[in-house]
Amino acid sequence: MDQQKVRVLMAKCGLDGHDRGVKVVARALRDAGMEVIYTGLHQMPEQVVNAAIQEDVDVIGLSILSGAHMTIYPRILALLKDQGADDILVVGGGTMLPEDIAALKAMGIAELFVPDTPLQDIVRFFKELGTRHRARQAADGAEGPRR
Amino acid sequence: MDDSEREAIQKAKAGWKTSEVTAFQARRPERQEVFRTLSGHPVDRLYTPAEVEEGGYEEKLGFPGRYPFTRGPYPTMYRAQPWTMRQIAGFGTARETNRRFTYLIAQGQTGISCDFDMPTLMGYDSDDPRSVGEVGREGVAIDTLADFEELFEGIDLGEISVSMTINPTAWILLAMCVALAEKRGTPFARLSGTIQNDIIKEYIAQKEWIFPVIPSMRIVRDTIVFSARHLPHYNPVNVSGYHIREAGATAIQEAAFTLAAGIAYVEEVLKTGMDVDEFAPRLSFYFISHSDFFEEIAKFRAARRIWARIMRERFKAKRPESMRLRFHCQTSGASLTGVQPLNNIARVAIQALAAVLGGCQSLHTNGWDEALAIPSEQAMKLALRTQQIIADETGVTNSIDPLGGSFLVEAFTDRIEREVVAYLAKIDSLGGALACIERNFFQKEIADAAYAYQVAKERGERVVVGVNKYREEQLDIPFPLHKVDPEVERRQIERLTRVKAARDTARVHKLLTELQDVAREDGANLMPITIEAVKAHASKGEIVKALVDVWGRYAETPIF
Repeated sequence: MDQQKVRVLMAKCGLDGHDRGVKVVARALRDAGMEVIYTGLHQMPEQVVNAAIQEDVDVIGLSILSGAHMTIYPRILALLKDQGADDILVVGGGTMLPEDIAALKAMGIAELFVPDTPLQDIVRFFKELGTRHRARQAADGAEGPRR
Repeated sequence: MDDSEREAIQKAKAGWKTSEVTAFQARRPERQEVFRTLSGHPVDRLYTPAEVEEGGYEEKLGFPGRYPFTRGPYPTMYRAQPWTMRQIAGFGTARETNRRFTYLIAQGQTGISCDFDMPTLMGYDSDDPRSVGEVGREGVAIDTLADFEELFEGIDLGEISVSMTINPTAWILLAMCVALAEKRGTPFARLSGTIQNDIIKEYIAQKEWIFPVIPSMRIVRDTIVFSARHLPHYNPVNVSGYHIREAGATAIQEAAFTLAAGIAYVEEVLKTGMDVDEFAPRLSFYFISHSDFFEEIAKFRAARRIWARIMRERFKAKRPESMRLRFHCQTSGASLTGVQPLNNIARVAIQALAAVLGGCQSLHTNGWDEALAIPSEQAMKLALRTQQIIADETGVTNSIDPLGGSFLVEAFTDRIEREVVAYLAKIDSLGGALACIERNFFQKEIADAAYAYQVAKERGERVVVGVNKYREEQLDIPFPLHKVDPEVERRQIERLTRVKAARDTARVHKLLTELQDVAREDGANLMPITIEAVKAHASKGEIVKALVDVWGRYAETPIF
């Protein structure tokens, strides 16, 4: 495993099956040199968090288009905290109104991207965020994967 | 046109290019080296009869209502009546959606179209842990027949056609429809409508699934057979390209993958021994109307011609009704923007016009707020007025297939037909639509096309007004958006609890066990037992769970 590569888990939570965006972003991130794991559809928040920890990712990229974002994002954050994994950053994408975006960022979601955000902006954000996280992990010592 | 005439025109065109065109280009170069359709095909500077492929008028175009139906499935088309104006509605509980149906009908809509919430689409009851945060959000919550009755309160199912956008659980909603008709004494022969019920495109594009592919095909088969026997005016399947396109496919892929799915359904039902002419007339289709005006019009015409040929030559259909492709259409949601949203009104109008010039039978026009929320009443009214203006003010409905004979439109129709037929041959060589699902063939094609499109858009090769050209700084949402009632989930769960408390639960369990027995017997039809189960107020989640216990769940192999 290349320790330097940013590791990203792209996920779709809830019952929503629209995966065009998450797949396009996943490919862009991979083409930009990041290690990308895609969970596939219909994941429960617990499954996403477990996968993120197991795969030792820097960033979770979550796509939600069903309107259930105000329920799912807080749950993900709570689960990460419970498992002592709240150093993992959460980035979101999908259909959200400005007031919801503001509320979610206040809760601790690193960024939320709405449709028509340029791919290069998304890639750059993931890369910066992920690189900083990887560096912090390395600095905190090679203790192996999180329990 | 004979060869010498064709050659003469080609020669004259070449001469025109070297003289007038070249001279003018020196003063004013053309905007691009190559012009392309949205699907990436080169567009010629000018189309002449020489660019239209060989073949006589009657062979390629003919007359509407007659093979090969290129110009339309009916002999009089909109001169008799316009396409069905069918705006989708669905949110909250049945009562709220019922009100929206009533409102839209009062505004002049001529058909009902219902969308369901994610739990209903995916087969989970409103009180299931998986449904948290999703009840009544993307569509209406329907757990039991009691909800379905409320959904259609005051609406005579024998008088207005009802289309239901529902897939893995479509057979349950159809059962509810039949049960309600029985209860109300509405003759089955007067039931008119559609269930989308196209599970193949779910595996490929929309991604709503429950069971594995084989039992899912069996469910579709059972609905088609039941419908052929009992519901003479009902369309048990709406073979769909819309979602395939919205997932990122090109127009060619949309048409090809849709027709491939149609072929798979025909083959599935033929296995029962039913004659093709018994069920094929009621297979209906659903295409998108996207932004590239002429490409879309040509796509619809090509699809009709290709399907007619498939039905006659591949499946040996005898009745003209078996060969004529009828389609519902929706303007493209993904082409609409969240910025400068009122621009979407213009987009929708143009896409709707393409659908009409392409001869659709039924049309939903998107709201200006499509990219922001589920449509508001105001947005839907405006979208409906758009259709009414096209129908009543423009004159395009006065003559059939008015763009027939346009050199460009016929050249595009020919080219699309050729490419779709080539794709169908490829799909056949890979083992057919079901084999292609398993191999992730469709999914990879779509993901590649989606990525290529995104890259082209960001390079500025694809202009989106307001997004990568004519941008404005301020975000503005000019009218109120639909708001989700936060109490919906609680109300719906309470209702479900009451319905379950009031029913004969022992009987429900008995029927669900019978349902499982029927499921295990491949030759048996699921519809009658499902109708009994919904009448006893079995919930859709209970019905689905009983069958998951028999068949298991589908698991995709995700690729990107």
